[in-house]
Amino acid sequence: MSREEEGKLMYGMLFSIKSFVTKISPLDPKDGFLNYKTSKYTLHCLETPSGIKFVMNTDNQAQGIRELLKKIYSDIYVKYVIRNPLCGIGEPIISELFKNKLDVFIKQAPLTAARAS
Amino acid sequence: MSRQTSRLDAKKVNSELLTLTYGALVSQMLKEIDNPDDVNKQLERIGYNMGVRLIEDFLARTGSNRCMEMRETADKIQQAFRLYINMQPTVTSWSSSGDEFSLVWDQCPLSEWVEMPNNGLKYCALIPGAIRGALQMVQLDVQCWFIQDQLKGDPVTELRIKYIKRLEDAVPAGED
Repeated sequence: MSREEEGKLMYGMLFSIKSFVTKISPLDPKDGFLNYKTSKYTLHCLETPSGIKFVMNTDNQAQGIRELLKKIYSDIYVKYVIRNPLCGIGEPIISELFKNKLDVFIKQAPLTAARAS
Repeated sequence: MSRQTSRLDAKKVNSELLTLTYGALVSQMLKEIDNPDDVNKQLERIGYNMGVRLIEDFLARTGSNRCMEMRETADKIQQAFRLYINMQPTVTSWSSSGDEFSLVWDQCPLSEWVEMPNNGLKYCALIPGAIRGALQMVQLDVQCWFIQDQLKGDPVTELRIKYIKRLEDAVPAGED
């Protein structure tokens, strides 16, 4: 499956889950849809008020992924994509800088550090 | 030996530098574009494009949640003014239905030392553009316009903001 196709499928799934969650919620949803869990993996989703979705698949033991995604948003995405005039809004991110910073960030995250030790 | 500039906070720009840069930009645009209305439009567009990016920075910095009401939105806009251009506008003149309000200020770093030509130029058109762009990204469609302008002899500058509608996120065309 190509990356583009995978993206479309992911988008479609999240879109459906989100509208389902919004419809069955008795209150006004504050943070929206957060995560789901299967027997094999957990999918975490962070949607900013501006509609950008950050999605991460982890194993079922991972903790604190929401905070991690928030940090990716504020420390990596805003810093290296939004403030980068070469990155168009609503276009695929092709910045090498962003890729590298994200890679370093994830490798340093407590999540992977705990696993390695 | 460190350079003189390294003592300054790298994330902030001197407000006079901003004032003069903006002034130079506007006067250059006036020279290159004949019609002042087109200059207003271009300034609004620049503001819009800034707003579209600025909102992400704002959300990341403040960790704001979605606003449920226009009054909350007004507070956030006020907060953004303080954060980005160190201005303290007041929120007043709510319409009875609560969907329209004014931001009033008597001092703005953009409009210092400005001598206005008498041709219908909206010198600060950048600001309503930025507000419109930023709010559009959080699915709020608004209209912004100036009611009073200090640069045109009014005692204060008053910017009116009106809520139009909520934009729903839709499935991209042709993907269903």
